[in-house]
Amino acid sequence: MPVIWLVLIVLALGAGGYVLGRSRALGSAGGDSRKLHSLPNYYGSNVAIKTLVPSFLVLAIWLIAQPIFVSSQISGQLPDGIVPEGSSVGLVMAEVRRTADGIGALVANGTMSADMAASAQVDPVDLTARLQEAGQVVTSAITQPILQAAQSYRAMNATGGMAMTALVLLIALGGLVYGLRETAPQFRARNVVEGSVRVLLIAAASLAILTTIGIVLSLLFNTVEFFRIYPASDFFGSLTWSPSFQGNSQLGIWPLLWGTLYISIIALTVAVPIGLFAAIYLSEYASKAVRSTAKPLLEILAGIPTIVYGLFALLTVGPMLMRVFGDEGIGWMQSGTAVMTAGLVMGIMLIPFVSSLSDDIINAVPQAMRDGSLGLGATKSETIRQVVLPAALPGIVGAILLAASRAIGETMIVVLGAGAAARLSMNPFDAMTTVTAKIVSQLTGDSDFASPEALVAFALGMTLFVITLGLNVFALYIVRKYREQYE
Amino acid sequence: MYDAPTQASKLDQTDIKITANNVQVYYGDTHAIKDVSVDIVDRAVTAFIGPSGCGKSTFLRCLNRMNDTIDICRVEGQIKIDGEDIYDRRIDPVQLRAKVGMVFQKPNPFPKSIYDNVAYGPKIHGMTRNKAELDEVVETALRGAALWDEVKDRLHTPGTGLSGGQQQRLCIARAVATKPEVLLMDEPCSALDPIATAQVEDLIESLKEQFSVVIVTHSMQQAARISQKTAFFHLGNLVEYDDTNTIFTNPSDPRTESYITGRIG
Ligand SMILES: Nc1ncnc2c1ncn2[C@@H]1O[C@H](COP(=O)(O)OP(=O)(O)O)[C@@H](O)[C@H]1O
Ligand SMILES: [Mg+2]
Repeated sequence: MPVIWLVLIVLALGAGGYVLGRSRALGSAGGDSRKLHSLPNYYGSNVAIKTLVPSFLVLAIWLIAQPIFVSSQISGQLPDGIVPEGSSVGLVMAEVRRTADGIGALVANGTMSADMAASAQVDPVDLTARLQEAGQVVTSAITQPILQAAQSYRAMNATGGMAMTALVLLIALGGLVYGLRETAPQFRARNVVEGSVRVLLIAAASLAILTTIGIVLSLLFNTVEFFRIYPASDFFGSLTWSPSFQGNSQLGIWPLLWGTLYISIIALTVAVPIGLFAAIYLSEYASKAVRSTAKPLLEILAGIPTIVYGLFALLTVGPMLMRVFGDEGIGWMQSGTAVMTAGLVMGIMLIPFVSSLSDDIINAVPQAMRDGSLGLGATKSETIRQVVLPAALPGIVGAILLAASRAIGETMIVVLGAGAAARLSMNPFDAMTTVTAKIVSQLTGDSDFASPEALVAFALGMTLFVITLGLNVFALYIVRKYREQYE
Repeated sequence: MYDAPTQASKLDQTDIKITANNVQVYYGDTHAIKDVSVDIVDRAVTAFIGPSGCGKSTFLRCLNRMNDTIDICRVEGQIKIDGEDIYDRRIDPVQLRAKVGMVFQKPNPFPKSIYDNVAYGPKIHGMTRNKAELDEVVETALRGAALWDEVKDRLHTPGTGLSGGQQQRLCIARAVATKPEVLLMDEPCSALDPIATAQVEDLIESLKEQFSVVIVTHSMQQAARISQKTAFFHLGNLVEYDDTNTIFTNPSDPRTESYITGRIG
């Protein structure tokens, strides 16, 4: 029975449990819900929870455990010497799984009877032909051991599936009955529901945290793996980045880090003043009408996907800069893709980010501050410069650091706008590349995932992660420090 | 309405600092101040009392054109300080506010050091030539606000770190430092405890030697304690304006009497 049916049946049991629990509770109180400890709905929910939660938990665990268990069993049964030279057990197991899926497909469309599929008379050569005919993916001719393995794979999965269905249904029914038997006027169904809500929320929160930890750990392990085959002193000490897939690569991070920093600095130089001035105009000077149209417009700018900004850099800003700084102009620029192109466009991307955060922060400065300053005969701009901005400073610094984090992590604009050459240069019109862009290029080639040229991506990612984490921590520190002073 | 001719004859004996004639204030369609005329005396404390929402703050804010900062607010009529119409087109409201200082209901020190809070006005208006002069202005203002002894050792710590009463006196020092001629105070003690209130009241007592002080208060005892003149506002009207003594002992309008005896409020 497909899992989806099982899920639907259990859900139906849950719904039935809800209705039954509710009416049983009302019945036990003689139809007078005031005699119940909790509202009737809580009794229904209690039965539904008892029905659904344990059965779905078992279902989930089973679904995860069964493939692992079956695979390990089957690979244990494989005869010695079946794994060819230069291959691995994993590849053979994949072949087994494919064969099993193929047989399943043949059975499903009626080309082969279920008995036939499980019998020992199946001829591997004939099966290969039929599978290929049916459009199933089979890489090579199926051999007898593989066929046998595939057959027992199918058999074990079928038994497992049946056992799972039976167990899950049993647990669901058991929960239903248990929940119904609990239902009595004194039973505190409301507290049970409250507790379940709590568990649900905790589960969601810990899932988020666990995933984060998982991501960081996988990054960390791969980084460690990388440093085992490539010396860290070269990674952090070399000034050259020249990966070559024949080996013998120079994987120094500095050219990439420099490209990242250079582009981010240009981006922030564009975004911070413009964003901040826009925020000041919007929050202090603009009339209500202007504000209510300009702010959403700016926020639309923040919603444009960065790939579009990348195209803008490639097709518009690059050529424009070329006309001025290229060979026809001053002659500083060789091609349209350059640090300046990417930096300018990234700056434009960050403007709404900076302005909308700063606008909120400036608005949060109490009107009493402004009144105090205006009441002393200060002009509006004096008030903003000397009272409003200092009061908003910690928040604004936080906003700028967040923008910096985004600039450092940005990829598409860089890939399209900055070029691909890893070089250490001071000329902002040179093409350079960044850490993120190189992570993409190192992993999208068809290189071996165990080579240093691919694993370096994880070390680069880890470095970026540490930098942005550091920036965020620093931002928090500054915000805290100033807050103590000002509040 | 108070009896204008007799009032005028009484006021002739002292200097009149501010004259308001037929002032109307509107917030959009709300008519918040209705035809108020009043003469405010120099070197004395004038108290504005009345139930909340009657327009005391609004009228006070007309006197230094703080209402200009509210978009929907419209002021009509004439207000003269030293005979000069402050709503005249030639008057710069920013300059006016240096001359007519203001202290607000909630202490609102800037997020700066105590010193910088007090030096704010003098710096903006270029009132001193060098640091030594500025130091002196700051010290004088803080002494004037009876705060010097408490803060002289920590002038460079944040003003926001002071207690509520100290903060309010800091705000008064800040206003005094710009050497205003009139000091407007909008319920300056409403956020303070009784001890801090007493300190601020003492301070107001001494400030009237130099300025004309106008104070909005919701406490009639406070008005009686510190003011020489009292104006009673009700629903946007100036009901009665007279010597504080007269208002509290022998009010001429029944509404004033009801308010003072606690029947409206
Ligand atoms: N910024 C404003 N916008 C609109 N209406 C206001 C504003 N400030 C005050 N008002 C209205 O003006 C009237 C007088 O308010 P206010 O002067 O603050 O009274 P008081 O200080 O005597 O309590 C009230 O009805 C109030 O709702
Ligand atoms: Mg008020």
